[in-house]
Amino acid sequence: MEFWFSEIQTPNVKLSIRVNKQIYSGKSEFQRIDVFESPEFGKFLTLDGYMMLTEKDEFIYHEMITHVPMAVHPEVKNVLVIGAGDGGVIRELVRYPEISHIDMVEIDPLVVEVCRKYLPQTACRLDDPRLTIHYEDGLKFIRARENEYDLIIVDSTDPFGPGEGLFTREFYGNCYKALKEDGIMVNQHESPFYKEDALACQKAHKLIVESFPVSRVYQAHIPTYPSGHWLFGFASKKYHPLKDLKETQWNMRGISCRYYTTTLHKGAFYLPAYVEEMLKDVE
Amino acid sequence: MGLTQERAPIYEALERFRSMRVVPFDVPGHKRGRGNPELAELLGEKCVTMDVNSMKPLDNLCHPVSVIRDAEELAAEAFGAAHAFLMVGGTTSAVQTMILTVAKRGEKIILPRNVHRSVMCAMVLCGAVPVYVNPECDNRLGIPLGMEVAAVEKAVRENPDAKAILVNNPTYYGICSNLKAIVDIAHKAGMKCLADEAHGTHFYFGEGMPAAAMAAGADMAAVSMHKSGGSLTQSSLLLTGPSISEGYVRQIINLTQTTSASYLLLASLDISRRNLALRGKEAFAQVMKMAEYARREINGIGGYYAYSRELCNGDSIYDFDVTKLSVHTLDIGLAGIEVYDLLRDEYDIQIEFGDLGNILAYISIGDRQRDIERLVSALSEVKRRFGKKGASLMSQEYIDPQVAVSPQDAFYADKESLPIMETEGRICSEFVMCYPPGIPILAPGERITRSILDYIQYAKEKGCSMTGPEDPFIERLNVLKEEL
Repeated sequence: MEFWFSEIQTPNVKLSIRVNKQIYSGKSEFQRIDVFESPEFGKFLTLDGYMMLTEKDEFIYHEMITHVPMAVHPEVKNVLVIGAGDGGVIRELVRYPEISHIDMVEIDPLVVEVCRKYLPQTACRLDDPRLTIHYEDGLKFIRARENEYDLIIVDSTDPFGPGEGLFTREFYGNCYKALKEDGIMVNQHESPFYKEDALACQKAHKLIVESFPVSRVYQAHIPTYPSGHWLFGFASKKYHPLKDLKETQWNMRGISCRYYTTTLHKGAFYLPAYVEEMLKDVE
Repeated sequence: MGLTQERAPIYEALERFRSMRVVPFDVPGHKRGRGNPELAELLGEKCVTMDVNSMKPLDNLCHPVSVIRDAEELAAEAFGAAHAFLMVGGTTSAVQTMILTVAKRGEKIILPRNVHRSVMCAMVLCGAVPVYVNPECDNRLGIPLGMEVAAVEKAVRENPDAKAILVNNPTYYGICSNLKAIVDIAHKAGMKCLADEAHGTHFYFGEGMPAAAMAAGADMAAVSMHKSGGSLTQSSLLLTGPSISEGYVRQIINLTQTTSASYLLLASLDISRRNLALRGKEAFAQVMKMAEYARREINGIGGYYAYSRELCNGDSIYDFDVTKLSVHTLDIGLAGIEVYDLLRDEYDIQIEFGDLGNILAYISIGDRQRDIERLVSALSEVKRRFGKKGASLMSQEYIDPQVAVSPQDAFYADKESLPIMETEGRICSEFVMCYPPGIPILAPGERITRSILDYIQYAKEKGCSMTGPEDPFIERLNVLKEEL
C-alpha cells in the first residue's frame, strides 16, 4: 500500500510526500487542520490541504523571517506576531533576551492546540512568560494599536481563505500605524514563480511600497513550498536592511542558526533578474 | 406533495424540463448555449440550458396558470400578501405598476420628495400629479427622513381628492415613517397606501425589524428581492393587499413588461423566497449582528458616526433598519462620496453609495466577518491617511421643490436647451439625479432655483455621478419655453 499526501500547487502541478500515517485531522470554525508523519520530512502540518510546515525544513522559514529584522533593528523590545500558531517564530524570538514582550495574534485556537500536542519542535516555547497569545482576527487586533511595536512579523497563510485580510492595503497601513517611528515589518511574501503566486506577490509588494518608506524583498529556499523559491518582505520606517545591518553585534550574540548567517543576510536581498523586474513593475 | 414553503415550483419545473431533453425549435436562438459557445463558457452550461422560453410545462408570466401561479401563491403566503406578482423588470417596474394602478391622468398622489426616480417616471407615463410632503431633514447628518404623521394629515386635508399616499419603507438610509398610522390616514380618507420597499425585503422575515407594509395594512408594496432577498439582479416582487384587483394589476403589468420573461430571474425569485421562508429569520439575525458589530467598531474609530436606532424620534424617524450600515463622514473632513471613491480606489472595497455627507455599506446574507473587518480597517486608514480637520463641506439640504406643472406636461412640453447656470427661475422638463441613490434633485415640472444649481455644481465637483438630462455632461438643461 502506498500512502501519499499531495498538495495542488497550481492546477497543473502537485507536490507529493509519502506518508506513514495521519496523526490528526480536524475542522475548526475557520479551516481544516491535518498533521501527517512522513519518512522524508518528519511530521508536517497542513491547513485546508495547503502545506504550512514540515519538521525537516521549517527552520529555514522561521530563521529567515525572524533573524533578518533582528539583525537590523538596534533594540527590539516589543514585538507583534500575526498568525504563527505553530510557534516557530516565537521559538526564534525568545532567543533574544532584550525582547520584553511579544503579542501573538492567531485567529484559530485549534491550530495552536494541535501544534502544542503534535508539533513540539515548533510549539516548544509557547509558554514563555513574555508571550501573550490573543485569539482574534489580526486585522481587527492591529486596528486599535498605535506607536507600540518595534517589530511586526506577519506569518500569514495565503492571500485567500482566513488569512486574506493580511494581504490588504488596510492591513499594511494599520501595521505602519502600530509601529514606532523606527519600527520594522516583515511578512511572508509568497513565491515569484508560478503565475497566481507571482500575482499575489506583486500585489503585496505594491501595497507595502505604498505604505512604507523603505520596502525591500529577500528570498530563501524552502523545499516544500510551491516552487521552493520563497520571498519575504522587509518594510520599515527608518532602517535599511543592508546599510543598517549590525553584523558584528549580531554575531557577538552567539545565536546559532542552521540557515541564517549575516553573510547570507546580505546575499538574500540580491534577487534574480526576473524577480527584480516583476517587483520594479509595481514600485 | 402539497404546496408548502419547502417547494420551489418554477425551479422544480425547470429541473423536470431539463431531464426531458426536449429538442428546441423555439426561441431563444442560442439553443441551450450551443449557438453561442463564448456565452456558454462565460455563464456555464447549466445557466444557459435554463435560459428557455415560456411554454406549457413552464407556464407564462403574462398569464400564469400553473407553476408560476403556484410560485406566486407561495410568495404571497410567505410575505403575508393577498397576491404576489413575480417581476422581471426590476423594482422599477413594480413601483411603476403601483402608480399606474392607483392613478390616472390628472389625479394626485401624496408622496415624500425623496422617492426613487421610478415613481416620477411613472407619473410622466400616466400623467398623475405629485403632492409633496416635505420629509424632515436631519441637520447634522444632512439626510432626508420619513414623513411626519401631521404633515401627511395636512396634505390629505388639503388634497381630499388624492388617490393614494406613497411611503418609502425604509429610505435608502434605513429610515422608516410611521407606516401603520399613514395607512390608517389613507384608508380613512378613502385613499390607497403604497409602499416602496425596495430596501425592505428583510422586514418580512427578520425579527425585531420595522413593520413590513403588508403587515401594516398597506394596499401595495414593491419589494426588491434582489437587494436583501438574495435573488438575481432585476428580479423583484409586487405585493398586493385584499383591496386590489389581481386581474387589473396583471393588465397594468402587461402594458410594459416583456413577453419573454427570463426563467433565470423567475427561478431565482422562487428559490430566494423558499430560502427566506425557511431560513430568513436566522439569516437576518446574523446580518443584524454583523451590522451592529460594524457600527460599534466604526464608531470606535472616532470621527465617523455610524447611526442607528438612537435617532428614532417617534415620528419622522419612527423606526430604523439596523441592517443598514449608514455612516456620516463629514467630521473626518471628507464628503461621503470621497470616502466612497477612496475605499474603491485605494482599498478595493466597493460600497453601495456615497452622498455629500454619508456612505452606505450594504450588509447582507452574503457577507463574511472577515470582510467586515476589512471595511472597518479601511475606514480607519482612510481617516488616518486622508482625514482633514475643519474642512468646510457643504451638507445636503432638503430643497423644497416648487411643482409648476405636472411631470407629464413638463416632459412633453415645448422646450429649449440652456446652459445650466442660466436656467434659474425656469421650469425644468427633465430629471437631474445623483446616482446612487437615484433620488431626483430636479424632476420635470419643477422650478429651478439658485440653491438647486449650487447643489448640482457642488455635487459635480465632489465627483458624484449625475444622470438624467439629455446633455450627458450636464452642462445644459432642457427647460420649458417661456410663454409669450
